[in-house]
Amino acid sequence: MTTTAPPGPASATTRPRASTPRRLRAPAAFLLGAVLLLGAAPLALPDSRLNLLAKYLCYAIVAVGVSLAWGRGGLLVLGQGVFFGLGGYAMAMHLKLADAATAGERLPDFMLLYGSSDTLPWWWQPFADPAFALAMTVLLPMTVAGLLGFLVFRRRVKGAYFAILSQALAAALSIWLVGQQATTGGTNGLTGIQGFFGYDLADPVNQRMVYFVIAVALLLLMAAARQLFVSRYGELLVAVRDSEERVRFLGYDPANVKLVAYVVAAGMAGLAGALFVPAVGIISPALIGIVPSIGFVIGAAVGGRASLVGAVLGAVAVAWAQSTLSDAFPAAWTYLQGLLFVLVVGFLPGGLASLGALRRTRRRAPASVRAAAPTTSAVATASTKETA
Amino acid sequence: MTVVLNQSFTGVGIGAVLLLVALGLTLTFGQMGVINMAHGEFIMAGAYTAYVLQRSVDGTGLSLLLALPPAFLVAGTIGALLEWLLVRRLYARPLDTLLVTWGVSLMLQQLARDVFGAPNVQTRAPDLLTGNVSVAGVTLAANRLAILGLALLSVLALTLVLRLTPLGRRIRAVVQNRDLAEVSGIATERVDRTTFFIGSGLAGVAGVALTLVGPIGPTMGTNYIVDAFLVVVVGGIGQLKGSVITAFALGVLQSVLEYSTTVSVAKVAVLVAIVAFLQWRPQGLYTLRTRSLA
Repeated sequence: MTTTAPPGPASATTRPRASTPRRLRAPAAFLLGAVLLLGAAPLALPDSRLNLLAKYLCYAIVAVGVSLAWGRGGLLVLGQGVFFGLGGYAMAMHLKLADAATAGERLPDFMLLYGSSDTLPWWWQPFADPAFALAMTVLLPMTVAGLLGFLVFRRRVKGAYFAILSQALAAALSIWLVGQQATTGGTNGLTGIQGFFGYDLADPVNQRMVYFVIAVALLLLMAAARQLFVSRYGELLVAVRDSEERVRFLGYDPANVKLVAYVVAAGMAGLAGALFVPAVGIISPALIGIVPSIGFVIGAAVGGRASLVGAVLGAVAVAWAQSTLSDAFPAAWTYLQGLLFVLVVGFLPGGLASLGALRRTRRRAPASVRAAAPTTSAVATASTKETA
Repeated sequence: MTVVLNQSFTGVGIGAVLLLVALGLTLTFGQMGVINMAHGEFIMAGAYTAYVLQRSVDGTGLSLLLALPPAFLVAGTIGALLEWLLVRRLYARPLDTLLVTWGVSLMLQQLARDVFGAPNVQTRAPDLLTGNVSVAGVTLAANRLAILGLALLSVLALTLVLRLTPLGRRIRAVVQNRDLAEVSGIATERVDRTTFFIGSGLAGVAGVALTLVGPIGPTMGTNYIVDAFLVVVVGGIGQLKGSVITAFALGVLQSVLEYSTTVSVAKVAVLVAIVAFLQWRPQGLYTLRTRSLA
């Protein structure tokens, strides 16, 4: 993977590739991805398939953030569903209000159905403004993540403790949403979204447009994440993951380094949630609770948590397998999912993306380096320096 | 006044359930640093053991009492098997253990669905435990009282084992300093497996107790697992008393908040309270004092 080996001094030990110059490999891969997503897929796939792909690409956007926070930062983010949900609900609230306005109603349909009052709750009102709603899809998740991250990292709550807290957050939000049926739609969530900023979502042409928006967003975020990976911040993040105390003694504050990764990952999940709503037409507590939150991590784990491309492909592949196999063989799929998870995370912590890197490392590095988890070339070089 | 007492007893009841579920986790997560997401499925295994036993033995409900030892054995054996097959290979990677055991929990849930069917089943409680007991104007549900008794009994038994037996001494030694214990001649791997067996067995016992307050289903464990983990996080690593205090405190807090607001708001408020508490004590209520930086 081009993204796993940062350039600069650390890459001095990595093997130079003869065929393509190193600095051209990432742009070439990016171009290839763009051609596939924006050119080949819309031409080759029928509308229904393309719509499914749009949904998987939303999960892939979350995986970009997971790859940053977990793969590079070592923060096991088990509550990405919260941020996905906040973004999704912010978008859905605006679209519901817009739908209601088009239909000439004062309230969204579900509120007329089981709402007790006939006025819009105060916290719904600003979402009628499209600019505010769009900003909130990213700012709201980032604020929540910033608050939790600040409080938790500042007090050096880490590792499993952080994972459990973030998971509890996912549980709490979905339970809270279910409880507020009159204002959030409860278990059903916000459904039946018809328009997207004036475009009718029932029209296949507009569905294609939504797909393009999502694909472009994914490509841009991947490019941004890659720049973050290879920046000095990216190296610092990996250093915090591998030896937090050492980074602290060098004069950095690991809490801030982790906070940035967590907040950026939350923003990406929020954006993914916001784009998920027009593509699928629903956001509900079942899509953001504990199980889907772990699902966001699974995709990245299977593909390769520390590898951007691996995480994205893994997320798409797992989502595809989920919807294809779970309909045909529900029981077998659950076993397969569990087994896949056990085997990949347990015995191939770098994910499928590490298969190639693993082979290269084996030829080059001593056994002690190979034992270091997660196996990516970036980590391998880092630990080589450590043992030296 | 009676409202306050009633609410606090409800809270103690919730706390007792939390404590029973979290007790095994205190051992496996707290003492060994292993995050076992399949713990909830060990609870389920215990509950189904009670169900099977009751169907095949009698209908009076006394079989629930008889089910305690087999439930302990069944859940403990599954736990020891899991430790032997997977967990011991992942001791250096606690976060990965979490994800791997979650995969295991998916498979165990599906197994239960295939064997017992997807719909929930129920056991019959003994007649003694179906009514209410009135003490000084406060109504106490008998089944909650029974769970409270069982929880306290389990804590007592576990404390005695840890304090007085050679096994308990070895477990404590491994917890305090694994390397030193190992060079002192303790077979740490065997101790680990025994600890995992006991911790998982306690989940089985919790499963039998939970049949008194709810239905038995393939996903019953997931309802309790997050709360139980929070108990261990707040209680502190490797300390029974921390978990006991935390379980009851969270239970009472939950029931008081539920009374003054709603169930869903209470859940969120409890989580906020926990994050606030960790500002004050990031390592939990009680910590094992070490010189390490972590």
